[in-house]
Amino acid sequence: MSVVTKADQVAAVDLITVTIDGIEVQVPKGTLAIRAAEMIGIAIPRFCDHPLLDPVGACRQCMVEVPDAGNGRGFPKPQASCTLECAPGMQIKTQHTSAVAQKAQKGMLELLLINHPLDCPICDKGGECPLQNQAMANGRGESRYAGVKRTYPKPVNISAQILLDRERCVLCARCTRFSEQISGDPFITLVERGALQQVGKYATDPYNSYFSGNVVQICPVGALTSAAYRFASRPFDLVSTTTTCEHCAGGCQLRTDQRHFQVKRRLAGDAPEVNEEWNCDKGRFAFVSGRGEDRITRPLIRENGALRIASWPEAVDAAVAGLAAAGGSAGVLTGGRLTVEDAYGYSKFARVVLGTNSIDFRSRPAGVDEEAFLAANVAGKTLADAVTYTDLETAGHVVLVGFEPEDESPLIFLRLRKGVRKKGLKVTAIAPFASDGSAKLKATVIATVPGTEAEALRGLDLAAGAVVLVGERAALVPGLLSAAAEVAERCGGRLAWVPRRAGDRGAIEAGCLPGLLPGGRPANETAARVDVAAAWDVDSLPAEDGMDATGMLAAAAAGELAALVVAGLEPADFADAAAVRAGLENAGFVVALESRMSEVTERADVVFPVALIEEHSGTFWNWEHRAGRVNTVIKQPAAAMTDLRVLAALADALGRPLGIRTPKQASAELAELGAWDRSGTEPVESVATPAASRRRTRKAAPKAPAVVDGEVTLKLATWRQLVDGGRGQDGEDALAATARPSVARISPALAGALGVAEGDPVAVSGGAGWYSLPVAITPGMVEGAVWVPMNSPGTPLGELGMVFGDEVTLSVGGEA
Amino acid sequence: MSDTLTPVLSANWGVEKSWTLDAYKTAGGYQAVGKALQMTPAEVTDLVKDSGLRGRGGAGFPTGMKWSFVPKDNPNPTYLVVNADESEPGTCKDMPLLLASPHTLVEGMIIASYAINCHTAFVYIRGEVLHVIRRMQQAVKEAYDAGYLGTDILGSGYDLDIVVHAGAGAYICGEETALLDSLEGRRGQPRLRPPFPAVAGLYASPTVINNVESISSVPAIVKNGSAWFGAMGTEKSKGMTIYSLSGHVNRPGQFEAPLGITLRELLQLSGGVRAGHELKFWTPGGSSTPILTAEHLDVPLDYEGMASVKSMLGTKALQVFDETTSVVRTTLRWVEFYKHESCGKCTPCREGNWWLVQMLKKFEAGEAVEGDVDKLLDICDDIGGKSFCALADGAVACVTSAVRHFRGEFEAGYSTPAWELFPYGRSALFEVPETMGAHA
Amino acid sequence: MSGHEFQSFFGESGEVDMTDTSTSIDDATMAELRELAGRYPQPRSALLPMLHLVQSVDGRISPAGIEACAQVLGITTAQVSGVATFYTMYRRRPGGTHHVGVCTTALCAVMGGDALLERVSEKLGIEPDETTPDGTFSLERIECNAACDFAPVMMVNWEFMDNMTPEKAERLLDDLAAGREVRSTRGATITSWREAERVLAGFPDGRADEGPSAGEASLLGKSIADANGWTAPKPEEAK
Repeated sequence: MSVVTKADQVAAVDLITVTIDGIEVQVPKGTLAIRAAEMIGIAIPRFCDHPLLDPVGACRQCMVEVPDAGNGRGFPKPQASCTLECAPGMQIKTQHTSAVAQKAQKGMLELLLINHPLDCPICDKGGECPLQNQAMANGRGESRYAGVKRTYPKPVNISAQILLDRERCVLCARCTRFSEQISGDPFITLVERGALQQVGKYATDPYNSYFSGNVVQICPVGALTSAAYRFASRPFDLVSTTTTCEHCAGGCQLRTDQRHFQVKRRLAGDAPEVNEEWNCDKGRFAFVSGRGEDRITRPLIRENGALRIASWPEAVDAAVAGLAAAGGSAGVLTGGRLTVEDAYGYSKFARVVLGTNSIDFRSRPAGVDEEAFLAANVAGKTLADAVTYTDLETAGHVVLVGFEPEDESPLIFLRLRKGVRKKGLKVTAIAPFASDGSAKLKATVIATVPGTEAEALRGLDLAAGAVVLVGERAALVPGLLSAAAEVAERCGGRLAWVPRRAGDRGAIEAGCLPGLLPGGRPANETAARVDVAAAWDVDSLPAEDGMDATGMLAAAAAGELAALVVAGLEPADFADAAAVRAGLENAGFVVALESRMSEVTERADVVFPVALIEEHSGTFWNWEHRAGRVNTVIKQPAAAMTDLRVLAALADALGRPLGIRTPKQASAELAELGAWDRSGTEPVESVATPAASRRRTRKAAPKAPAVVDGEVTLKLATWRQLVDGGRGQDGEDALAATARPSVARISPALAGALGVAEGDPVAVSGGAGWYSLPVAITPGMVEGAVWVPMNSPGTPLGELGMVFGDEVTLSVGGEA
Repeated sequence: MSDTLTPVLSANWGVEKSWTLDAYKTAGGYQAVGKALQMTPAEVTDLVKDSGLRGRGGAGFPTGMKWSFVPKDNPNPTYLVVNADESEPGTCKDMPLLLASPHTLVEGMIIASYAINCHTAFVYIRGEVLHVIRRMQQAVKEAYDAGYLGTDILGSGYDLDIVVHAGAGAYICGEETALLDSLEGRRGQPRLRPPFPAVAGLYASPTVINNVESISSVPAIVKNGSAWFGAMGTEKSKGMTIYSLSGHVNRPGQFEAPLGITLRELLQLSGGVRAGHELKFWTPGGSSTPILTAEHLDVPLDYEGMASVKSMLGTKALQVFDETTSVVRTTLRWVEFYKHESCGKCTPCREGNWWLVQMLKKFEAGEAVEGDVDKLLDICDDIGGKSFCALADGAVACVTSAVRHFRGEFEAGYSTPAWELFPYGRSALFEVPETMGAHA
Repeated sequence: MSGHEFQSFFGESGEVDMTDTSTSIDDATMAELRELAGRYPQPRSALLPMLHLVQSVDGRISPAGIEACAQVLGITTAQVSGVATFYTMYRRRPGGTHHVGVCTTALCAVMGGDALLERVSEKLGIEPDETTPDGTFSLERIECNAACDFAPVMMVNWEFMDNMTPEKAERLLDDLAAGREVRSTRGATITSWREAERVLAGFPDGRADEGPSAGEASLLGKSIADANGWTAPKPEEAK
């Protein structure tokens, strides 16, 4: 009997044939025996083995007999199949056909159990525990061990989130290998030796890794648990749903487990092309924000200055009255939380129902040349012509521009690190300083003052095939986006734009920009409008230029916009929170679609409750342009409304039906529309490079600016740290406790000039205010800039009216 | 037929200030290095190959062949690492060698490094031997000052640096891949093989790891030729080597003899087992080599001879125990050693030795129960041959060989404490209080 | 209280003693740590010697020592701690001026090592792994120290004390306690454990020329060969 596996049909040259339990199997050269056995459905028990970690051969559970190593001679001893590379002609006998292998495995299991506590009934892992399963399937009914078990005080908090029960640990080193190999955070390691060996950390340095939750998931016993899920449920009481994470544009597949209509935990899904089997702690633990008192479950309308609960018909009537009165003087702000289906609903609602192109998904500082860049380089693209995670691994060279992957797209970070470790990938970061993340990527850092990135980028000598990854904040540097596109094209490389929020990429595709209709169609082109109008079965689409988010809010503040329809945004996420509030307050009429009370609902005239992510289905398009299914996790008879369903109701009531009301319908319609076929039309103008940015700036290394009276003027560098003050993380205190501290980073030279020591308070002021935080003296920090986190808890930069690249004043003192 | 004893490595140990460069040169030292540097590296390797020198650290792998495994086309530097972590119970040959004649090793390292095209070599010495480390540090400094180390050695254009590195207490670091991890500043836990150190060893670069005695034998081979070396020893176990005799013998000590001498001969030289007593059991090469008894007195102490009686030559550490000694007690102490020294990486060694110690304590205390001997052997079977490295195999070997030769003594542990059968004071070299009993 | 308090075997395991954060590490120590790191092709190779140096300065592996090593080598404190807790020569608590080891591995134990340890322990009034209240002695039950032909063996500050008897051991401890000069049987004049640790770190103390070339047992084979006129073959005979 012979089985040909899927892996071999690609490159037949590299195949070798081995025999496992009498079954011949062809496997790629270098395949481990344990994997080869999996290919033909033979499961060899294992604990330390993990396909994404380097083999270690520690637990010795997977012993097999090898009567012939392929050279006619067998191994005298049984072999660990997790470290045994297949050789041509090798004969492998597993526990199914070899008494030697079976005895070895049974013996190993007994040895693993002699010091393992019998606390399965109170252990989180009980019911999904590989050790328990093995013991039940192949263990002895009664232990021969009559001695004393190894015991430790339990549990140990290795971070605020992760707990360690040392006596349950089988020392497989999956967690320590993960932390060292995969995420590059070896804050946990094996300590002590022999029978006393254990996983440990250093007392004052907790395991604060953005990826710490993964170690709980890969622990083959219940040694590692999370504060969030500990004792929350039994695995067999959970119902699992595969879905997609809503926290960033990474598109991680998740397995979300619910019980009693409440999400109990989220695990990394198994998506080899996307997140492999990992995810970040925000994606894993931040899912309780919709459970607070501020959850909106009933429509609200404003009466005598205060919101009151209303019936659905009452609220719809109120909204319709307000929107109808606006008569086209309306705008739509969609935020970044929407599925592509919901975003499409807003896009269509704006054009068909409100009759405006004023729609913008960017609830953040946006750049002047950004929309044109997105139209030319992002909209309408498909996975087939996009850079993918896998491409990053093998690109040879990846350049990061305005993008700090560990904070801003953690799974890209992990994939880059894999490429660096395994495939000789080189990473260059154009950044204000060499971050820890850059160090873990062994990146070459070109220290740049914000605003000068384009020059640094153009100065790079890139080989063909290089990938330029440009983050959304690059838009704030005039000309940088176009420089990135130009450099990538010039070297025969590729470009990818990495937005931050899960809904961003889909929002572009759905047409949530003033200049873009669905499918990347330019709203200012008649042909495109005609195309879409026909598909939507309307006479025409608005031809007038729409306003972007800042424009709409400014117009509203000036009393020039009659109505706003708003979903999922926070004023402080914008460049100037005060301006957003002024816009919301002075807009003629505000309809908010929200799941939680917010600064928008506080200022809204009508509020519609919408579903949490786990309560509805849809799709997120990630940065790769890959569609990730969002599936309904909590299925209740009286399900919460989706944004789309609410919009459809409003449209119906306004007499201009959307024609879609379910995600399925929206998705089908968007697919039917397809991407804009540019052939036969005027080519989209290549992104204009503002003249200012073409100016050559000086080549010399930036000099430290003068300090006068303990004050200095600097350029502001900033980005969002992964765990920060974002509302989506509300309610998960253990996660918040693992956040990186908020500090102001300056160069040692500047610290010297200012006379400040590590941890001393400094004040950063600019725009509309100032705030104080401890200084972190950062070797390699470019002169002339200061870095602060964008959204540290309690102090989002939007409140201060500062954005990346602004001139700010740094002064000694304040109250850090 | 060579003489019974053939001091070569130990020939100068009694010389006044033997550890100094002057004394070593007076005794003919540093002649071989000049000769070697006039040969090509390949010629040196071939000479050592032809000599039949096999590793003296326990495994007996041909030294010259190990050198020849170093890939010639590897872009990384090649390293030589000398294993001076001598920690196997009973083994005590390398430390006196380094104490008395560190320059022998330095000269051997220069020649070996030259042969494998290495420019940075390391001596990893266990940390618990302060004076040995002092002598080695000084010898290396003297060699630099005299132009035997550094750049352009003896005008040959060949450069070499030697780093003397002290360990910090871990038997497992004698295992060559654990030694490499330790030398890289990590926990000394064995590495997966392949890749073998010859291809990817220290800093993932080609690395040769040899025992002190192996490398120290090289100058004499270079100086006197492979035929000279082969004139000593047996067909497959060539040359002279150092045998260390310890325990219940009248005169313990170091004996440098051709491979193939027997314990009977060595006992005769050392005045036999202490007066009034007789041989009970012995180890041929440290505690990891299965124990033997009086019936093996005439088996040649070479690689083949020891294999023929299900043991191993190991480090040629002959520990001799007389009839006053409890096999159960001795076995327990050895297994306690392995438990203490297990690195913890793999299950069978970490958990198995933990369990074996508990069982053996029951045997020693006379608290084992009927059937425990078979259970002990079965657990040994679950450990032996399953572990990541050979440490656990050594632990199991001392248990299984003890049961093989003295099963009755273990069975006695079902009822009688070992200290009643073999009052411990009788084994000691001095008066021991009557109360001395179980150690635990 | 239930009366069933949880008892752990290994309560304090897993890290160095964090209750005592005192340190004597200064700029000079930092410079020496960096010097050690510079002696190797890759700096991390110096970690074991660096930890020996930490012991010579702080008398134990101090938290500050761990942090200093991590800082110099650019690795995490957890990684340093993992190494520091692996090797038995690194102490979690302050060692004595003199660190006394008694070998109780099988051969030494059988030949009297167990009795020696008992005697030494009794005399010092401490158990293995403890330090006398006056800080003069710390005691360790050591494993085989590669001096089996001199069994039973003791070590003082990692210097050989060969062929020990209870009487010799008592005298040795008395002499050390009284500050009298004590010489190792195959080594130098006894200094202190901390000074020994400095040598192990790689900073020689100039005492290599003290002591004999070899002990009597080491020379036994050679002396018998000489008495019998036995030698290795002459090179010319071999041809």
